[in-house]
Parts: sequence; structure tokens; C-alpha cells
Amino acid sequence: MSEVKEKKVLVEVKNLKKHFPIKSGLLQRTTGWVKAVDDISFTIYQGESLGLVGESGCGKTTAGRTILRLVEPSDGSVIFNGTDVATVSKQDLKKLRQEMQIIFQDPYSSLDPRMPVGESIAEGLRIHTNKSAEERYDQVVQMLTRVGMRADHAKRYPHEFSGGQRQRIGIARALAVNPKFIVCDEPVSALDVSIQASVLNLLEELQDDFGLTYLFIAHNLSVVEHFSDRVGVMYLGKMAELATREELFRNPLHPYTQALMSAIPIPDPKQRKKRVILEGDVPSPINPPTGCRFHTRCPLAYDRCKVEEPKFVDYGDEHFAACHLLDEGKPSQLPDMNK
Amino acid sequence: MSVAKINLDELNNEALLVEEHESMISIYWGRLKRHRLAFISLIVLALIILGVAIGPLIMGQMTYYNVQKDAYVNYARDTQDLQSKNVSPSSDHFLGTDELGRDVLFRLLIAGRLSLTISLSVVLIQVSIGIFLGAVSGFYGGWVDSLIQRIAEFFIILPALPLLLTLSSILRNVRIPGIPPEWSQSIFIIVILSFLGWPGSCRLSRGVVLSLRNQQFTEAAKALGMSDLGIITRHMIPNALPPIIVLATLGLGGVILTESALSFLGFGINPPVATWGNMLQNAQTDMLTAPWKALIPGFFILISVLAFNYLGDGLRDALDPRLKL
Repeated sequence: MSEVKEKKVLVEVKNLKKHFPIKSGLLQRTTGWVKAVDDISFTIYQGESLGLVGESGCGKTTAGRTILRLVEPSDGSVIFNGTDVATVSKQDLKKLRQEMQIIFQDPYSSLDPRMPVGESIAEGLRIHTNKSAEERYDQVVQMLTRVGMRADHAKRYPHEFSGGQRQRIGIARALAVNPKFIVCDEPVSALDVSIQASVLNLLEELQDDFGLTYLFIAHNLSVVEHFSDRVGVMYLGKMAELATREELFRNPLHPYTQALMSAIPIPDPKQRKKRVILEGDVPSPINPPTGCRFHTRCPLAYDRCKVEEPKFVDYGDEHFAACHLLDEGKPSQLPDMNK
Repeated sequence: MSVAKINLDELNNEALLVEEHESMISIYWGRLKRHRLAFISLIVLALIILGVAIGPLIMGQMTYYNVQKDAYVNYARDTQDLQSKNVSPSSDHFLGTDELGRDVLFRLLIAGRLSLTISLSVVLIQVSIGIFLGAVSGFYGGWVDSLIQRIAEFFIILPALPLLLTLSSILRNVRIPGIPPEWSQSIFIIVILSFLGWPGSCRLSRGVVLSLRNQQFTEAAKALGMSDLGIITRHMIPNALPPIIVLATLGLGGVILTESALSFLGFGINPPVATWGNMLQNAQTDMLTAPWKALIPGFFILISVLAFNYLGDGLRDALDPRLKL
């Protein structure tokens, strides 16, 4: 990971919301909303990788997709390099697509099973450039070798490859259009541990070589700790905390982050660490709790948490968190359950 | 003790090296060959198609003794020989003659051309309409989907046979100017049958596309900036093709039967133009005295419908990637 020297904002997410309608009945009337992403704001600096973590169903993937406008945002804006992705016209969006790409979680469904992988990789070139078939093929070969595959793999079909290889092909496809910003949607969650490491290393090499900026979505905190410069924690469609990696792992302010941290397994049976066990499940995003969304499970919750939504505030050195305890200057550390 | 560092990807690559790269088509071909009935059916169909294609050309060069004209004449569709009506198979007429003394074999081959052309065209048109509308319907969902599906349902609930009978009796005297009358009749039949048959492939391709549209490769194509039409034609339709091919093959037999039924009832292609169906129509009155007139076209209908069905069966197995043969 390269130290971010000059901090140039590449992506600025402002009050982004994505609410999916729930339709029911004969007339398919909208009877409710799933608030998958509910008012999140953050910035991504050029050349960094921002990790986004949270439990399943907390809206991280939807956030990534809404930023790329693969799903239409309900509200808010995403400023990419000066253009608002959320409102840009169809033609301009097509041009913008070259600059922002995505790598998917599931290497088995991310490649068209009836298309040779070389063609899948060349697809972006076909759309955005006027290159001839030979020129495209040359670039496909270049991409394949760059991600550690062989030139003759281009003519094969996805079913002939292993999961790790397919993930590399997916990376090659995203890279072929020469993007600046890549959303990595849990790129290693579906892979074996040994392959995970090699894919992560590949992503890091590519970041250095091509000057890429990543939004790295994951639920594995160890992977995020290894990979990200800054880390954002999401809970039920909201941002709970955002800080640099060192700061977040050393000094987690939000009780939810602390609970997450304590769940990281340490491969040492003798070592004891702080242990926090949360009660209950993540509430449904259809009718999220009022006030602070975490109050139903937070051991430190008090009256104010149930009625008033905490603001996402900077508590120094770009360490953002949304918690009333911090706002009132009270200690927000959870008790250790080992004692 | 030191452990050698193993590069896992190199191992993977080695494993792939051993396996000879096979194209999708050659895999399917290999699987189809292992389905014995389907493979035999394929050969039978190839022979029938070859026969009706070149058979009449060869017979057109041959002559036979025509009793009525008292001369050696060419085999030709309308060459009648009223003095040798309903003659049983002989060296002059390998499959006998019909009630006007025409050679049954020659008519059978000519009829096969028409019957097979009609069924191939109908299925081709049905499938092209169906697969595209189905893909659009499944891909967009919402009101587009509802509209297309309601239209498809409308075509499905139409009572096919009464409608066909009505339409063909209306259209039987209508001629498209500039082309031979038998063609113009065939074109009407093709159009009518195509429009009645497309909902099947439409529903099938919609179903496949519904399952594909939420797969990540669709999203990847969208992320690359591909247009909806591009995604439908480059990703959805190729993936929907295998089940549609199976449906189309099974449909071929069905269309031959429908066309035969129509012609048999006198609403399809009118004599003297021969199809397998209307050859049967003329045969029913002489069923006991000249059974070959009914049995031979009937046999060809039976064989080709059966063969198309078995071929469809074999293709279904061969094109299903989950089935390891």
C-alpha cells in the first residue's frame, strides 16, 4: 500500500440513498421500502483503497452498485472527477463507464458461460474503441498475461477454469478499458484462502502499476485490514464509522465497530482479547429502528439513542463516527465480556 | 527440512495444459453421438432431406412407359396416365400410382420438399420471433413483460384448428401476384402457423433470460457500458439458444403433422400440388384397393416426426451442461 501523499478527491459520495420499493397485491402497489442504503456520505481519495465492511445485508454491495449507477440511486449524488454520476446523461454515462469498473464476488456467474473468456475481456474495447479484432486480441493477451494467465487461455470457455483463474479473468475484463476507479465487490470471498492471497496481491500490484483507486467491499475484517488505507463500517444502510486503517483498528470509537473487531479470530489459543457478544440479529431494513439504528443491540444505548439519529461527525484526524456517546463526550467503549 | 514453494496457479495451468481445448460445438457433437437414437434419427433425416432434394432431379432424367400416351415419358408431377390408375408397385412405378395414374414415388419426393420446407420455415420464423420477444420480455420485466406475455397468452388461447380452417378457407383463393400459386399457398400456411406457434419459444426464452438477467455477467456488461440491445443479443440470446434449439426440433415434427392434418382436411395446400398430407387425403377412398397410397406418405410422416422428436430428445441431453454423459 502506497502512502497517500497529495490527497486528491476522486469520488465524493453525498447523502446517497437507495430505497427499493416492496410491491404487493394484485395491483402491485408499493407497500413499503427497503432502505438498503440510507443517506451515506464519504470521499475516496485518488490512489487509495477504501474498505467497506459490515454484516450481510447492511447495504455495502448496494452502495457499491449505486456509486457505479448499476442501480439508480434514489437520492443524493456521487461526484466522480467533477461529474455527478447520479444525474449524468446516458451518453456521458457510457463514456464514464470506462473510468469506473467493478470486480464481482462470484467468479462463477460473473463470466458469460457461452462466450470465450477472451471475448469477454475484449467486450469493453469493442464498446469503447474502434480497434480491429487483431488489436483487440493483442490487448486481451496483454491483459491475460498481466493477471498471470496465458495467451492461449483467451479462446477457452469459463467452465475450463478454476475459481481463482476466473476471478483473474474478471479482473482482466475490468482492467481492459483502463479504468481509474474499481469497485471490488467482495472479490475474494468465494475463493480458497491460498487463492485469496494471490488475488489480493495481484490487486495490490495492479493498483501500483495502473494508479488505481479501489472501493473494497468485504465482510472479512482481516482482509480489509491487510488491504485498505481507510475503512468504513456500515450498519443497516448507514455509515457507523470511518477512519484510517491504523486508527480504526487501534481505536474503534463506535460500539458496533468494537463488536466487529472483537469477532476477528486470532490464530493463537493462548491469547485472550476483549470479547463482546451482540444480542439478537440485524433488524430488517424495511422498518429500521428509530433513532440510532444500532440501539436495539447496543449495550450502551440510552434514551436519546431511541429517538434521535446520531450525526456522522469527524472526531479528529478524519475519524468519523455516528454515536451520541461520543457527541456528549462520554466513554463509548463496550465492557469486556471475558471478565 | 525445507518445503518447496509451490505455485498454485502454475499447478492449475499445468492441469489445464493436459486437457485438450475443445470448442463448445465439438463437445455437444460428441455428446449427441453417444445418444444412439438421436444419432440414427439424424442420419435418417439427412437421408430424407438428401432424397427429396436430389431424388426428383434424378427421376426427372428417367423415363417410363405411359400407357395412355403410348410412349416413354419423363416422370413429372402432373404426368397422368389414366389407363394405369392405382397400379400396384412395379418396375415402372416403384411405389405404384395414384388415382390419376401419377407415379407415387415421384410425388412423394416432391411433396417431401414442400412439407419439409414449410415446417423448417415455420419453425425458423416462430423461433426468431419467440426468442427475441421472450428475451426482451424477460430482460426488461415490468409492463413490457406484461404486455408481451399477455399477447403471447392471447395467441395460445386461440383454438388452433378451427382458426386454421377458417383462415385457410378465406385465404385459399387469395394469390400473391408474381409467384406460382402453390408457393403463395405455402406462404400463407407458413405465416399462419408461425404466428400461432411463437408463444412457446417466447415463454421459454423469457424464462431463461429471467434467470440470466440477475447473473453478474449481465451486470458486468452493463458496467462496461453495453447497451440493452447489445446485452440481449450478445449475452441473453446465445444463452437461451440451447433449450430453444431443442424446442424447435420437437416443433418441426409438430408442424409437419399440423400441415398434414390441414392438407388432409383439404384446407392446406391444394392438389395438384403434392404434400404428404394431401396425398393421404386422396388415398382414403382407395384404402383397401390401393393401400400403398396411404401407407407410404403416412410412413414418411411417421418416420420424420419420430426422427425429429428423437433428435430433439438427444439435443436436450447433449446441450444440458449439468448432465454428464
